[in-house]
Amino acid sequence: MNVAAPQTPALKLAYRAYVLLFFVYLAAPLVAASFFAFNDSLFPALPWQGFTLDWFFSDSEPKLGLFHDRRLLRGMQNSLLIGLAVATLSVTVGTCNAFLFERRDFRFKGFLYIMMIVPLVIPGVILGISILVLASMTANGVYDRFGVELSFLRPGIPLVVAGQFSFLTTITTLVIAARMKKFDVALEEAALNLGASRLRVLLTVTLPFLKPALIAAGLVAFLVSFENFNTTLMLVGSDAPLTITMYDRIAKVGSTPVLNATSFFLIIASGTLALISVLVQRERKPGEAG
Amino acid sequence: MSAPVDAIPSVGAPVKAGAQRKRDADRLALILLLTPFLLWIVLLIVLPHLGIGYLSLREKVGPRVYEFSFANYLEFLNEPIYWNTLLRTAWMSILVTALTLLIGFPIAYYIAKIAGRRSRAALFLLCLVPLWVSDLVRAFGWIMLLRETGIFSAVLQWSGLAAGPVEMLYNDVTVIVGLIYTVVLFMVVPIVSTLDGMDNSLIEAGYNLGGGRLTVLRRIVIPYAMPGIVAGCIIVFMLTAGSYLTPILLGGKNSMWFTEQIYNQFITRYNWEGGSTFGILLLVFTSLVVWLGLRLSGQNLANTVAKR
Repeated sequence: MNVAAPQTPALKLAYRAYVLLFFVYLAAPLVAASFFAFNDSLFPALPWQGFTLDWFFSDSEPKLGLFHDRRLLRGMQNSLLIGLAVATLSVTVGTCNAFLFERRDFRFKGFLYIMMIVPLVIPGVILGISILVLASMTANGVYDRFGVELSFLRPGIPLVVAGQFSFLTTITTLVIAARMKKFDVALEEAALNLGASRLRVLLTVTLPFLKPALIAAGLVAFLVSFENFNTTLMLVGSDAPLTITMYDRIAKVGSTPVLNATSFFLIIASGTLALISVLVQRERKPGEAG
Repeated sequence: MSAPVDAIPSVGAPVKAGAQRKRDADRLALILLLTPFLLWIVLLIVLPHLGIGYLSLREKVGPRVYEFSFANYLEFLNEPIYWNTLLRTAWMSILVTALTLLIGFPIAYYIAKIAGRRSRAALFLLCLVPLWVSDLVRAFGWIMLLRETGIFSAVLQWSGLAAGPVEMLYNDVTVIVGLIYTVVLFMVVPIVSTLDGMDNSLIEAGYNLGGGRLTVLRRIVIPYAMPGIVAGCIIVFMLTAGSYLTPILLGGKNSMWFTEQIYNQFITRYNWEGGSTFGILLLVFTSLVVWLGLRLSGQNLANTVAKR
């Protein structure tokens, strides 16, 4: 008998019903957003006019599909570029940070550890404006003094990457450090004693052990970057990523079914990636759930 | 790793030199590891925040002429709409955090303690999938459900409960429902992780000692889950107070959310001094609430938020 569970049948049933209701609540907006992507109508509204895939594949107005909509495709391309850059950078720095905090002792370690976590509890909008302000002040200062325009410090993809990197590195550090805690340093010592160089030990012993965490951290960083809105909004230039493009569309044109198609695409894509990241991490601890 | 070498008392010059070289190498490695960390924290976190702090403390007195002053903060205090928006954001965020805890805790408890091994993994995954879907898509989904021509309205009309189209967007209840939706998983996940580690025998012991269900919940389960609860509350509160999309899209023009004021100052009115001031105020306010929460619950940042 599970002592943690309710003991009367009525209570048990009520509890089950509540949990079910909760998952219906979770699924409802996602289902609603996806639903109208397949409706053969010019408006994302009932009544149901029949099934169609036009909102994905049609190449002509008025039902221009997602995969022929140039601006949405551009947005997707930008998101992909930003996501890859952010994932690479934040995993690299995250790995260094994990080595730093798990392996080394140095002065102010406790304080610096707190500083490492802080980006996670700063609202995204504020990260965005603060980086915007510093970058613009620097660019203005350089321009005034040297007459050189540093365009990468103006709103655009490099700043978006910097903004997302600023808080994602905390997440990648935590994921990689958690894995490193389980590493037995004796393995490295054994390899060193057998005559391997430090670099070789790193490449053949330590990094392979960290691999699941590196992959998972990279996927998480890519996903969060792909869907980030708040920080990105403040730093975006003319090359807008997909979420910003989609938001502009909602705000200016109003909702059209092609946005439902985009939503469906995003739900499927991020669901798949999230699943992969969970499975990759699960491998390392068989028999343990979550 | 360096312990064996360091532990040997100096027996001769070669060993000493070797130890010295090793120490140098260690120091070099430490510096190499510290560099990316410090670059990240100083260039992207510390300096930018000093930057908005600096902007918030200056006033434009002429074209390209600035002066140190508290004018921006005074303007915030003198303009009721500004501080009312901050208070409203604060109050709604606290309400959302409390409601999210009430709604999320039973779910976390179910996943961690009641569900069978297999269904628990599945439920946990189900929890995670919406976690990774963009805020924008979720808000868009709620619009599809709740607007005048949306699904709920159609269902109500079809079933005869409403005579005409019903607009359910653009009110506070909808904003709260939408906000809870975007953050509830950040409450469930940390609580599941802490409850996972709790042994059922603790609950059994509580019953054996004569505790009722509520006593056991209050005296055993909740104290045990406290780090998870605090972590969830902090993340949920920060995400809510800092949210932008959900209040704007579901609350419409009059949602009165503080991040919207920041955006307006920066992008619409191009008043960076004012926007920075609001940013600092929001940051100070949210940090204060987080600090207070940690204080009252006797937790710290490292053992709550950083624990995954």
